[in-house]
Amino acid sequence: MIDLKGYGPRLAEGAVVTIELALLSLLLALVLGLLSASAKLSRNRFARGLASTYTTVVRGVPDLVMMMLLYYGGQVLVNRISDWLYENYSIDWFVQFDPFISGVLTIGLIFGAYMAETFRGAFLAVETGQIEAARAYGFTKWHTFRRVMVPQMMRHALPGIGNNWQVLLKTTALVSIIGLTDMVRVAEEAAKAERSPFLFFIPVAAVYLALTAVSELFIKWLDRRANVGVVQGEG
Amino acid sequence: MPEFITAWLEGNDVFNAMTFLDYWQGLVNTVQLVFLSLIIGLVVAIPLAILRNSPHWWINKPIWLYTYLFRGTPLLIQLYIIYYGIAQVPGIQDTFWWNIFREPFYPALLAFTLNTAAYTTEIFRGAIAATPQGEIEAAKAYGMSWFLRLRRIVLPSAARRAVQAYANEVIFMLHASAIASVVTIVDLTGAARNIYSRHYAPFEAFIGVALIYMALTFLLVFAFRKLENHLLRHQQPAGG
Repeated sequence: MIDLKGYGPRLAEGAVVTIELALLSLLLALVLGLLSASAKLSRNRFARGLASTYTTVVRGVPDLVMMMLLYYGGQVLVNRISDWLYENYSIDWFVQFDPFISGVLTIGLIFGAYMAETFRGAFLAVETGQIEAARAYGFTKWHTFRRVMVPQMMRHALPGIGNNWQVLLKTTALVSIIGLTDMVRVAEEAAKAERSPFLFFIPVAAVYLALTAVSELFIKWLDRRANVGVVQGEG
Repeated sequence: MPEFITAWLEGNDVFNAMTFLDYWQGLVNTVQLVFLSLIIGLVVAIPLAILRNSPHWWINKPIWLYTYLFRGTPLLIQLYIIYYGIAQVPGIQDTFWWNIFREPFYPALLAFTLNTAAYTTEIFRGAIAATPQGEIEAAKAYGMSWFLRLRRIVLPSAARRAVQAYANEVIFMLHASAIASVVTIVDLTGAARNIYSRHYAPFEAFIGVALIYMALTFLLVFAFRKLENHLLRHQQPAGG
Protein backbone atom coordinates (compact mmCIF):
# COMPACT_ATOMS: atom_id res chain seq x y z
CA MET A 1 0.00 0.00 0.00
CA ILE A 2 1.02 3.60 -0.41
CA ASP A 3 2.39 5.38 2.62
CA LEU A 4 0.11 8.33 3.39
CA LYS A 5 2.41 9.60 6.15
CA GLY A 6 -0.21 9.29 8.85
CA TYR A 7 -2.87 11.23 6.96
CA GLY A 8 -4.78 8.05 6.03
CA PRO A 9 -7.42 8.16 8.81
CA ARG A 10 -8.10 11.87 8.31
CA LEU A 11 -8.47 11.34 4.57
CA ALA A 12 -10.96 8.55 5.25
CA GLU A 13 -12.93 10.82 7.60
CA GLY A 14 -12.88 13.48 4.89
CA ALA A 15 -14.26 10.98 2.40
CA VAL A 16 -17.16 10.25 4.76
CA VAL A 17 -17.84 14.00 5.02
CA THR A 18 -17.86 14.23 1.21
CA ILE A 19 -20.36 11.39 0.92
CA GLU A 20 -22.63 12.81 3.64
CA LEU A 21 -22.53 16.21 2.00
CA ALA A 22 -23.36 14.74 -1.40
CA LEU A 23 -26.26 12.63 -0.15
CA LEU A 24 -27.86 15.42 1.91
CA SER A 25 -27.51 17.85 -1.01
CA LEU A 26 -29.09 15.28 -3.31
CA LEU A 27 -32.05 14.95 -0.96
CA LEU A 28 -32.55 18.71 -0.85
CA ALA A 29 -32.11 18.95 -4.63
CA LEU A 30 -34.74 16.26 -5.24
CA VAL A 31 -37.26 17.99 -2.96
CA LEU A 32 -36.59 21.42 -4.49
CA GLY A 33 -36.66 19.91 -7.97
CA LEU A 34 -40.04 18.26 -7.45
CA LEU A 35 -41.47 21.42 -5.91
CA SER A 36 -40.30 23.71 -8.66
CA ALA A 37 -41.22 21.27 -11.42
CA SER A 38 -44.75 21.20 -9.99
CA ALA A 39 -44.68 25.00 -9.79
CA LYS A 40 -43.57 25.24 -13.42
CA LEU A 41 -46.41 22.98 -14.53
CA SER A 42 -49.05 24.62 -12.37
CA ARG A 43 -51.69 27.03 -13.59
CA ASN A 44 -50.71 29.61 -10.99
CA ARG A 45 -48.85 32.41 -12.74
CA PHE A 46 -47.05 33.51 -9.61
CA ALA A 47 -45.73 30.02 -8.91
CA ARG A 48 -44.59 29.64 -12.53
CA GLY A 49 -42.81 32.99 -12.42
CA LEU A 50 -41.10 32.18 -9.14
CA ALA A 51 -39.89 28.78 -10.36
CA SER A 52 -38.55 30.09 -13.64
CA THR A 53 -36.76 32.99 -11.92
CA TYR A 54 -35.16 30.45 -9.59
CA THR A 55 -33.90 28.19 -12.38
CA THR A 56 -32.70 31.11 -14.52
CA VAL A 57 -30.74 32.75 -11.69
CA VAL A 58 -29.13 29.47 -10.68
CA ARG A 59 -28.02 28.72 -14.21
CA GLY A 60 -26.47 32.17 -14.60
CA VAL A 61 -24.27 32.21 -11.49
CA PRO A 62 -21.21 30.06 -10.73
CA ASP A 63 -21.59 27.53 -7.90
CA LEU A 64 -18.63 28.96 -6.01
CA VAL A 65 -20.00 32.51 -6.01
CA MET A 66 -23.36 31.28 -4.74
CA MET A 67 -21.62 29.25 -2.06
CA MET A 68 -19.61 32.25 -0.86
CA LEU A 69 -22.67 34.47 -0.90
CA LEU A 70 -24.54 31.98 1.24
CA TYR A 71 -21.65 31.26 3.59
CA TYR A 72 -20.39 34.79 4.21
CA GLY A 73 -23.70 36.52 3.60
CA GLY A 74 -25.80 33.96 5.46
CA GLN A 75 -23.94 34.59 8.69
CA VAL A 76 -24.31 38.36 8.39
CA LEU A 77 -28.01 37.92 7.72
CA VAL A 78 -28.45 35.59 10.70
CA ASN A 79 -26.56 38.03 12.92
CA ARG A 80 -28.80 40.89 11.83
CA ILE A 81 -32.00 38.89 12.37
CA SER A 82 -30.71 37.69 15.70
CA ASP A 83 -29.90 41.26 16.85
CA TRP A 84 -33.27 42.50 15.68
CA LEU A 85 -35.14 39.70 17.44
CA TYR A 86 -33.23 40.32 20.63
CA GLU A 87 -33.73 44.07 20.62
CA ASN A 88 -37.41 44.04 19.76
CA TYR A 89 -38.71 40.85 21.32
CA SER A 90 -35.78 39.79 23.53
CA ILE A 91 -35.78 36.40 21.84
CA ASP A 92 -32.39 34.76 22.04
CA TRP A 93 -32.02 33.01 18.70
CA PHE A 94 -28.79 32.30 16.90
CA VAL A 95 -27.51 29.92 14.25
CA GLN A 96 -23.87 29.41 13.45
CA PHE A 97 -23.45 29.07 9.67
CA ASP A 98 -20.84 26.40 9.25
CA PRO A 99 -19.36 25.35 5.90
CA PHE A 100 -21.25 22.05 5.93
CA ILE A 101 -24.69 23.68 6.18
CA SER A 102 -23.75 26.30 3.58
CA GLY A 103 -22.47 23.56 1.29
CA VAL A 104 -25.62 21.46 1.55
CA LEU A 105 -27.86 24.51 1.05
CA THR A 106 -25.92 25.80 -1.96
CA ILE A 107 -25.48 22.49 -3.74
CA GLY A 108 -29.08 21.53 -3.01
CA LEU A 109 -30.26 24.89 -4.33
CA ILE A 110 -28.17 24.63 -7.50
CA PHE A 111 -29.03 21.07 -8.38
CA GLY A 112 -32.67 21.62 -7.39
CA ALA A 113 -32.84 23.89 -10.43
CA TYR A 114 -31.34 21.23 -12.71
CA MET A 115 -33.59 18.53 -11.21
CA ALA A 116 -36.58 20.80 -11.86
CA GLU A 117 -35.90 20.64 -15.59
CA THR A 118 -35.46 16.87 -15.44
CA PHE A 119 -38.71 16.36 -13.51
CA ARG A 120 -40.64 18.78 -15.68
CA GLY A 121 -39.71 16.86 -18.82
CA ALA A 122 -40.49 13.56 -17.12
CA PHE A 123 -43.93 14.70 -15.92
CA LEU A 124 -44.77 15.89 -19.42
CA ALA A 125 -43.80 12.46 -20.79
CA VAL A 126 -46.54 10.73 -18.77
CA GLU A 127 -49.54 10.19 -21.03
CA THR A 128 -52.57 12.30 -20.17
CA GLY A 129 -54.74 9.20 -20.68
CA GLN A 130 -53.14 7.69 -17.59
CA ILE A 131 -54.12 10.68 -15.48
CA GLU A 132 -57.63 10.77 -16.90
CA ALA A 133 -58.02 7.06 -16.19
CA ALA A 134 -56.88 7.56 -12.59
CA ARG A 135 -59.35 10.41 -12.13
CA ALA A 136 -62.10 8.28 -13.66
CA TYR A 137 -61.39 5.60 -11.06
CA GLY A 138 -62.01 8.22 -8.40
CA PHE A 139 -58.38 8.68 -7.33
CA THR A 140 -57.80 11.88 -5.40
CA LYS A 141 -55.25 14.37 -6.70
CA TRP A 142 -52.64 13.17 -4.23
CA HIS A 143 -53.34 9.52 -5.09
CA THR A 144 -53.02 10.20 -8.81
CA PHE A 145 -49.70 11.89 -8.13
CA ARG A 146 -48.42 9.18 -5.81
CA ARG A 147 -49.67 6.04 -7.62
CA VAL A 148 -49.76 7.03 -11.28
CA MET A 149 -47.60 10.07 -11.97
CA VAL A 150 -44.53 9.32 -9.84
CA PRO A 151 -43.95 5.67 -10.84
CA GLN A 152 -44.28 6.47 -14.53
CA MET A 153 -42.39 9.73 -14.34
CA MET A 154 -39.42 8.11 -12.57
CA ARG A 155 -38.71 6.00 -15.61
CA HIS A 156 -38.10 9.12 -17.69
CA ALA A 157 -36.42 11.08 -14.90
CA LEU A 158 -33.83 8.53 -13.80
CA PRO A 159 -31.22 9.08 -16.54
CA GLY A 160 -31.35 12.83 -15.87
CA ILE A 161 -31.16 12.36 -12.11
CA GLY A 162 -28.17 10.08 -12.64
CA ASN A 163 -26.33 12.68 -14.71
CA ASN A 164 -27.08 15.41 -12.18
CA TRP A 165 -25.86 13.21 -9.35
CA GLN A 166 -22.53 12.59 -11.12
CA VAL A 167 -22.01 16.34 -11.54
CA LEU A 168 -23.19 17.02 -7.97
CA LEU A 169 -20.65 14.60 -6.57
CA LYS A 170 -17.81 16.50 -8.22
CA THR A 171 -19.25 19.85 -7.15
CA THR A 172 -18.87 18.84 -3.47
CA ALA A 173 -15.11 19.42 -3.87
CA LEU A 174 -15.83 23.17 -3.92
CA VAL A 175 -17.00 23.18 -0.31
CA SER A 176 -13.38 22.66 0.76
CA ILE A 177 -12.75 26.23 -0.44
CA ILE A 178 -15.02 27.72 2.23
CA GLY A 179 -13.29 25.60 4.86
CA LEU A 180 -15.11 22.27 5.16
CA THR A 181 -12.69 19.50 6.15
CA ASP A 182 -13.67 17.09 3.41
CA MET A 183 -11.11 14.87 1.71
CA VAL A 184 -10.04 17.60 -0.71
CA ARG A 185 -9.22 19.94 2.19
CA VAL A 186 -7.29 17.24 4.07
CA ALA A 187 -5.37 16.36 0.91
CA GLU A 188 -4.51 20.01 0.33
CA GLU A 189 -3.21 20.49 3.86
CA ALA A 190 -1.23 17.27 3.65
CA ALA A 191 0.17 18.11 0.23
CA LYS A 192 1.38 21.50 1.47
CA ALA A 193 2.86 20.14 4.69
CA GLU A 194 4.62 17.17 3.09
CA ARG A 195 5.43 18.89 -0.20
CA SER A 196 4.14 15.93 -2.18
CA PRO A 197 0.97 16.88 -4.07
CA PHE A 198 0.75 13.73 -6.18
CA LEU A 199 0.83 11.44 -3.16
CA PHE A 200 -2.32 12.97 -1.68
CA PHE A 201 -4.35 14.29 -4.59
CA ILE A 202 -4.16 11.19 -6.78
CA PRO A 203 -5.76 8.89 -4.15
CA VAL A 204 -8.49 11.50 -3.61
CA ALA A 205 -9.11 11.64 -7.36
CA ALA A 206 -9.29 7.84 -7.34
CA VAL A 207 -11.95 7.95 -4.60
CA TYR A 208 -14.04 10.29 -6.77
CA LEU A 209 -13.62 7.92 -9.72
CA ALA A 210 -14.66 4.97 -7.55
CA LEU A 211 -17.71 6.85 -6.27
CA THR A 212 -18.84 7.72 -9.80
CA ALA A 213 -18.28 4.13 -10.95
CA VAL A 214 -20.31 2.70 -8.04
CA SER A 215 -23.13 5.17 -8.57
CA GLU A 216 -23.21 4.34 -12.26
CA LEU A 217 -23.86 0.70 -11.39
CA PHE A 218 -26.50 1.67 -8.84
CA ILE A 219 -28.28 3.94 -11.32
CA LYS A 220 -28.29 1.15 -13.92
CA TRP A 221 -29.90 -1.15 -11.36
CA LEU A 222 -32.51 1.47 -10.46
CA ASP A 223 -33.18 2.07 -14.13
CA ARG A 224 -33.81 -1.63 -14.74
CA ARG A 225 -36.23 -1.70 -11.81
CA ALA A 226 -38.06 1.40 -12.97
CA ASN A 227 -38.47 -0.04 -16.44
CA VAL A 228 -39.90 -3.38 -15.31
CA GLY A 229 -42.88 -4.17 -17.50
CA VAL A 230 -41.98 -1.71 -20.25
CA VAL A 231 -41.70 -3.43 -23.60
CA GLN A 232 -38.65 -2.02 -25.30
CA GLY A 233 -38.22 -1.92 -29.03
CA GLU A 234 -35.39 -4.04 -30.35
CA GLY A 235 -32.38 -2.64 -32.18
CA MET B 1 -34.24 55.73 -11.28
CA PRO B 2 -36.41 54.80 -8.30
CA GLU B 3 -35.71 56.88 -5.24
CA PHE B 4 -34.72 54.04 -2.91
CA ILE B 5 -31.98 52.92 -5.31
CA THR B 6 -30.56 56.44 -5.57
CA ALA B 7 -30.70 56.77 -1.80
CA TRP B 8 -28.96 53.45 -1.34
CA LEU B 9 -26.26 54.25 -3.89
CA GLU B 10 -25.53 57.55 -2.15
CA GLY B 11 -25.28 55.88 1.23
CA ASN B 12 -23.01 53.04 0.09
CA ASP B 13 -19.25 53.15 0.27
CA VAL B 14 -18.61 49.79 -1.38
CA PHE B 15 -19.21 50.63 -5.03
CA ASN B 16 -16.54 53.24 -5.59
CA ALA B 17 -14.08 53.69 -8.42
CA MET B 18 -11.58 51.30 -6.85
CA THR B 19 -14.15 48.52 -6.60
CA PHE B 20 -15.04 48.95 -10.24
CA LEU B 21 -11.38 48.75 -11.19
CA ASP B 22 -11.10 45.52 -9.20
CA TYR B 23 -14.10 44.04 -10.96
CA TRP B 24 -12.75 45.20 -14.31
CA GLN B 25 -9.38 43.55 -13.74
CA GLY B 26 -11.20 40.41 -12.61
CA LEU B 27 -13.37 40.45 -15.71
CA VAL B 28 -10.30 40.74 -17.94
CA ASN B 29 -8.63 37.79 -16.21
CA THR B 30 -11.75 35.61 -16.28
CA VAL B 31 -12.42 36.30 -19.94
CA GLN B 32 -8.79 35.68 -20.90
CA LEU B 33 -8.62 32.43 -18.97
CA VAL B 34 -11.94 31.08 -20.24
CA PHE B 35 -11.49 32.22 -23.83
CA LEU B 36 -7.96 30.85 -24.17
CA SER B 37 -8.76 27.51 -22.55
CA LEU B 38 -11.87 27.08 -24.71
CA ILE B 39 -10.05 27.90 -27.94
CA ILE B 40 -7.05 25.67 -27.21
CA GLY B 41 -9.37 22.98 -25.83
CA LEU B 42 -11.44 23.00 -29.02
CA VAL B 43 -8.36 22.81 -31.25
CA VAL B 44 -7.09 19.83 -29.25
CA ALA B 45 -10.48 18.15 -28.97
CA ILE B 46 -11.42 17.90 -32.64
CA PRO B 47 -8.48 15.69 -33.71
CA LEU B 48 -8.89 13.68 -30.51
CA ALA B 49 -12.58 13.15 -31.27
CA ILE B 50 -11.73 11.91 -34.78
CA LEU B 51 -9.09 9.54 -33.40
CA ARG B 52 -11.44 8.44 -30.63
CA ASN B 53 -13.68 6.98 -33.35
CA SER B 54 -10.76 5.01 -34.75
CA PRO B 55 -11.29 1.23 -34.89
CA HIS B 56 -7.82 0.52 -33.47
CA TRP B 57 -7.86 -0.01 -29.73
CA TRP B 58 -4.35 1.38 -29.26
CA ILE B 59 -5.55 4.69 -30.67
CA ASN B 60 -9.02 5.01 -29.15
CA LYS B 61 -8.40 3.46 -25.71
CA PRO B 62 -5.75 5.95 -24.51
CA ILE B 63 -8.02 8.83 -25.55
CA TRP B 64 -10.93 7.16 -23.77
CA LEU B 65 -8.79 6.89 -20.64
CA TYR B 66 -7.88 10.57 -20.84
CA THR B 67 -11.48 11.70 -21.17
CA TYR B 68 -12.60 9.26 -18.47
CA LEU B 69 -10.07 10.53 -15.94
CA PHE B 70 -10.68 14.20 -16.62
CA ARG B 71 -14.46 13.89 -16.68
CA GLY B 72 -14.61 11.65 -13.63
CA THR B 73 -12.69 13.83 -11.18
CA PRO B 74 -13.41 17.36 -9.94
CA LEU B 75 -11.73 20.21 -11.82
CA LEU B 76 -10.56 21.58 -8.46
CA ILE B 77 -8.42 18.47 -7.89
CA GLN B 78 -6.99 18.69 -11.40
CA LEU B 79 -6.13 22.33 -10.72
CA TYR B 80 -4.44 21.46 -7.42
CA ILE B 81 -2.46 18.60 -8.96
CA ILE B 82 -1.16 20.81 -11.75
CA TYR B 83 -0.63 23.93 -9.64
CA TYR B 84 1.18 22.24 -6.76
CA GLY B 85 2.59 19.38 -8.84
CA ILE B 86 4.37 21.38 -11.50
CA ALA B 87 7.00 22.66 -9.07
CA GLN B 88 7.74 19.05 -8.12
CA VAL B 89 8.66 17.99 -11.65
CA PRO B 90 12.39 17.19 -11.38
CA GLY B 91 14.60 19.77 -13.04
CA ILE B 92 11.78 22.09 -14.17
CA GLN B 93 13.11 24.91 -12.01
CA ASP B 94 16.21 25.11 -14.19
CA THR B 95 14.39 25.40 -17.51
CA PHE B 96 12.59 28.33 -19.06
CA TRP B 97 9.25 26.59 -18.41
CA TRP B 98 9.64 27.56 -14.78
CA ASN B 99 9.34 31.25 -15.65
CA ILE B 100 6.00 30.48 -17.28
CA PHE B 101 4.54 28.05 -14.78
CA ARG B 102 5.59 30.04 -11.75
CA GLU B 103 2.70 32.39 -12.48
CA PRO B 104 -0.58 30.86 -11.30
CA PHE B 105 -2.26 31.87 -14.57
CA TYR B 106 -0.56 29.19 -16.67
CA PRO B 107 -1.12 26.14 -14.44
CA ALA B 108 -4.77 27.22 -14.25
CA LEU B 109 -4.91 27.63 -18.02
CA LEU B 110 -3.41 24.16 -18.47
CA ALA B 111 -5.88 22.56 -16.04
CA PHE B 112 -8.89 24.28 -17.62
CA THR B 113 -7.73 23.43 -21.13
CA LEU B 114 -7.22 19.74 -20.35
CA ASN B 115 -10.60 19.61 -18.63
CA THR B 116 -12.60 21.31 -21.36
CA ALA B 117 -10.75 19.35 -24.07
CA ALA B 118 -11.87 16.10 -22.40
CA TYR B 119 -15.54 17.14 -22.33
CA THR B 120 -15.40 18.59 -25.85
CA THR B 121 -13.78 15.43 -27.21
CA GLU B 122 -16.69 13.36 -25.94
CA ILE B 123 -19.25 15.81 -27.32
CA PHE B 124 -17.66 15.71 -30.77
CA ARG B 125 -17.07 11.96 -30.61
CA GLY B 126 -20.80 11.42 -30.23
CA ALA B 127 -21.60 13.88 -33.00
CA ILE B 128 -19.11 12.29 -35.41
CA ALA B 129 -20.28 8.77 -34.61
CA ALA B 130 -23.84 9.83 -35.40
CA THR B 131 -23.03 10.78 -39.01
CA PRO B 132 -25.55 8.98 -41.23
CA GLN B 133 -23.83 6.14 -43.08
CA GLY B 134 -25.46 7.21 -46.34
CA GLU B 135 -23.69 10.57 -46.32
CA ILE B 136 -20.32 8.86 -46.04
CA GLU B 137 -21.18 6.33 -48.75
CA ALA B 138 -22.28 9.13 -51.06
CA ALA B 139 -19.04 11.00 -50.44
CA LYS B 140 -17.06 7.84 -51.18
CA ALA B 141 -19.05 7.30 -54.35
CA TYR B 142 -18.04 10.79 -55.45
CA GLY B 143 -14.43 9.70 -55.01
CA MET B 144 -13.64 11.97 -52.06
CA SER B 145 -10.51 11.13 -50.11
CA TRP B 146 -10.66 10.49 -46.33
CA PHE B 147 -9.53 14.02 -45.55
CA LEU B 148 -11.87 15.71 -47.99
CA ARG B 149 -14.76 13.61 -46.67
CA LEU B 150 -13.90 14.69 -43.15
CA ARG B 151 -13.64 18.34 -44.07
CA ARG B 152 -16.68 18.64 -46.31
CA ILE B 153 -19.11 16.05 -44.98
CA VAL B 154 -18.38 14.66 -41.51
CA LEU B 155 -17.18 17.71 -39.59
CA PRO B 156 -19.80 20.22 -40.80
CA SER B 157 -22.66 17.87 -40.01
CA ALA B 158 -21.08 16.88 -36.68
CA ALA B 159 -20.76 20.57 -35.79
CA ARG B 160 -24.51 20.98 -36.27
CA ARG B 161 -25.22 18.09 -33.94
CA ALA B 162 -22.66 19.24 -31.36
CA VAL B 163 -23.44 22.93 -31.10
CA GLN B 164 -26.07 22.69 -28.38
CA ALA B 165 -24.01 20.47 -26.09
CA TYR B 166 -20.94 22.59 -26.75
CA ALA B 167 -22.82 25.75 -25.75
CA ASN B 168 -23.54 24.10 -22.40
CA GLU B 169 -19.88 23.19 -22.03
CA VAL B 170 -18.84 26.81 -22.67
CA ILE B 171 -21.18 28.10 -19.97
CA PHE B 172 -20.05 25.34 -17.63
CA MET B 173 -16.45 26.45 -18.21
CA LEU B 174 -17.27 30.09 -17.48
CA HIS B 175 -18.79 29.06 -14.17
CA ALA B 176 -16.07 26.56 -13.36
CA SER B 177 -13.41 29.23 -13.91
CA ALA B 178 -14.49 30.78 -10.59
CA ILE B 179 -12.18 28.33 -8.83
CA ALA B 180 -9.16 30.08 -10.38
CA SER B 181 -9.42 32.41 -7.39
CA VAL B 182 -8.20 29.65 -5.04
CA VAL B 183 -4.77 29.62 -6.65
CA THR B 184 -4.40 33.37 -6.05
CA ILE B 185 -5.55 34.48 -9.50
CA VAL B 186 -7.62 37.65 -9.21
CA ASP B 187 -10.43 36.70 -11.56
CA LEU B 188 -14.00 37.96 -11.09
CA THR B 189 -14.55 35.77 -8.05
CA GLY B 190 -11.13 36.69 -6.68
CA ALA B 191 -12.00 40.37 -7.06
CA ALA B 192 -15.27 39.78 -5.23
CA ARG B 193 -13.42 38.03 -2.40
CA ASN B 194 -11.03 40.97 -2.10
CA ILE B 195 -13.88 43.46 -2.06
CA TYR B 196 -15.68 41.35 0.54
CA SER B 197 -12.70 41.23 2.86
CA ARG B 198 -11.88 44.93 2.40
CA HIS B 199 -15.40 46.19 3.20
CA TYR B 200 -16.85 43.18 5.00
CA ALA B 201 -19.81 43.52 2.65
CA PRO B 202 -20.73 40.02 1.47
CA PHE B 203 -23.99 40.97 -0.26
CA GLU B 204 -22.62 43.83 -2.32
CA ALA B 205 -19.44 41.95 -3.26
CA PHE B 206 -20.96 38.61 -4.23
CA ILE B 207 -24.30 39.75 -5.64
CA GLY B 208 -22.39 42.30 -7.71
CA VAL B 209 -20.16 39.63 -9.19
CA ALA B 210 -23.11 37.25 -9.64
CA LEU B 211 -24.78 39.88 -11.83
CA ILE B 212 -21.65 40.19 -13.97
CA TYR B 213 -21.48 36.40 -14.40
CA MET B 214 -25.18 36.35 -15.29
CA ALA B 215 -24.67 39.02 -17.92
CA LEU B 216 -21.79 37.03 -19.42
CA THR B 217 -23.86 33.83 -19.36
CA PHE B 218 -26.80 35.41 -21.16
CA LEU B 219 -24.47 36.98 -23.69
CA LEU B 220 -23.07 33.51 -24.44
CA VAL B 221 -26.53 31.95 -24.60
CA PHE B 222 -27.58 34.65 -27.06
CA ALA B 223 -24.47 34.22 -29.21
CA PHE B 224 -24.86 30.47 -29.37
CA ARG B 225 -28.55 30.78 -30.27
CA LYS B 226 -27.50 32.97 -33.21
CA LEU B 227 -24.87 30.43 -34.22
CA GLU B 228 -27.36 27.59 -33.92
CA ASN B 229 -29.87 29.42 -36.10
CA HIS B 230 -27.13 29.98 -38.64
CA LEU B 231 -25.97 26.36 -38.67
CA LEU B 232 -29.45 24.87 -38.70
CA ARG B 233 -30.90 27.35 -41.20
CA HIS B 234 -31.60 24.61 -43.74
CA GLN B 235 -33.95 22.89 -41.29
CA GLN B 236 -36.18 25.89 -40.78
CA PRO B 237 -39.57 25.95 -42.52
CA ALA B 238 -39.55 27.79 -45.83
CA GLY B 239 -41.00 31.29 -46.06
CA GLY B 240 -41.67 32.94 -42.69
